Amino acid sequence: METIIDKSLEELFEEKIANEIRIEPKDWMPEQYRKTLVRQISQHAHSEIVGMLPEGNWITRAPSLKRKAILLSKVQDEAGHGLYLYSAAETLGTSRDQMIADLHSGKAKYSSIFNYPTLSWADIGAIGWLVDGAAIMNQVPLIRTSYGPYARAMVRVCKEESFHQRQGFEIMMTLCNGAPAQKKMAQEAFNRWWWPTLMMFGPKDSESPNTEQSMRWKIKRFTNDELRQRFVDMMVPQAEFLGLTVPDKDLTWNEAKNGYDFGDVDWEEFWNVVKGNGPCNKDRLSTRVKAHEEGAWVREAALAHAQKRAQREAEKQA
Amino acid sequence: MNQQKEWPLWEVFIRSKQGLDHKHVGSLHASDAEMAIQNARDVYTRRMEGVSIWVVESKHVHASNPDEAAAFFDPATDKVYRHPTFYEVPAEIKNM
Ligand SMILES: [Fe+2]
Ligand SMILES: [Fe+2]
Ligand SMILES: [Fe+2]
Repeated sequence: METIIDKSLEELFEEKIANEIRIEPKDWMPEQYRKTLVRQISQHAHSEIVGMLPEGNWITRAPSLKRKAILLSKVQDEAGHGLYLYSAAETLGTSRDQMIADLHSGKAKYSSIFNYPTLSWADIGAIGWLVDGAAIMNQVPLIRTSYGPYARAMVRVCKEESFHQRQGFEIMMTLCNGAPAQKKMAQEAFNRWWWPTLMMFGPKDSESPNTEQSMRWKIKRFTNDELRQRFVDMMVPQAEFLGLTVPDKDLTWNEAKNGYDFGDVDWEEFWNVVKGNGPCNKDRLSTRVKAHEEGAWVREAALAHAQKRAQREAEKQA
Repeated sequence: MNQQKEWPLWEVFIRSKQGLDHKHVGSLHASDAEMAIQNARDVYTRRMEGVSIWVVESKHVHASNPDEAAAFFDPATDKVYRHPTFYEVPAEIKNM
């Protein structure tokens, strides 16, 4: 009996997926679909939140008031992105506390890109241009992802993301048109961020066992390698415009595939950073944990205040 | 010490423009309604997306059951005569 009911629910679910009908929080879904989404959405949320740290590092040192206001606003957007995504994940039955606990214990991952340091102001330009550029490449297809709340969160995120990329590009352009020392700073930042950015698309398709199922469930619409290729094809002309050299000796235009051939990512470095041994992993996590712990009294005080006020209100009514 | 640790969850509805209705935009955590409205402003209206905000604690939202959607909405499916296109209007009749 049990299996018959499950099967028809599963068929219903598969039918919705096939017909491009979004899955909503209270709909029946396979446990593995739910799990995959919780993992992906919470990981995405954590990336937005931890992603504030490398850029936050430069807010007090931005070279002008205008740049400072822009950077502040961008970092604030990333906080917003994290919040949209946490609440999308919560619709699947996980709690905010659980997700934060998993981030802090190291059980949940976030994008490895944020484990690299921001050494100069040019890194802020490179992040906006490259890292947010890659994020857009990853996120635009997610607007059509099969889970409704995730797709809707992505609409908001993508709307805000393009300002992020443009402000980064503008920083790079300013530096590239500036003094030789500024141009050099831009090139060095580009060299630092190019490869880690390519890693943002995740492992090679041949080493990404979850991709196939995610594609079947229409959580993902393109594979890691497809997105990485598109990104390279989009960015190389922009780098050329800036007069920057892509730090890849294997980069060549391939007429036949109408795209660039490019060198292999250093996957050993990638896995090493994923495992926690990147230049800033410890620092990022300890900063998060510290902020959370030092904010505990605020969270408790706000709750106590709300309870007291509700109680006073109730007494007045009585 | 509070037994409840997490701030409650609130659903956020925003009127994007005077004259339009409030639309659900997402949710957030806040300790009370006042904070929920302030947080909603910061999270959901950073680019003038709204002129008015409603918040409702999520636990107060009751929803129809999606598993029963077919039966529940069935009474409306076979009443084509509720739509103006059901009726034939002669070509000579204008403005109807
Ligand atoms: Fe973001
Ligand atoms: Fe993002
Ligand atoms: Fe961004």
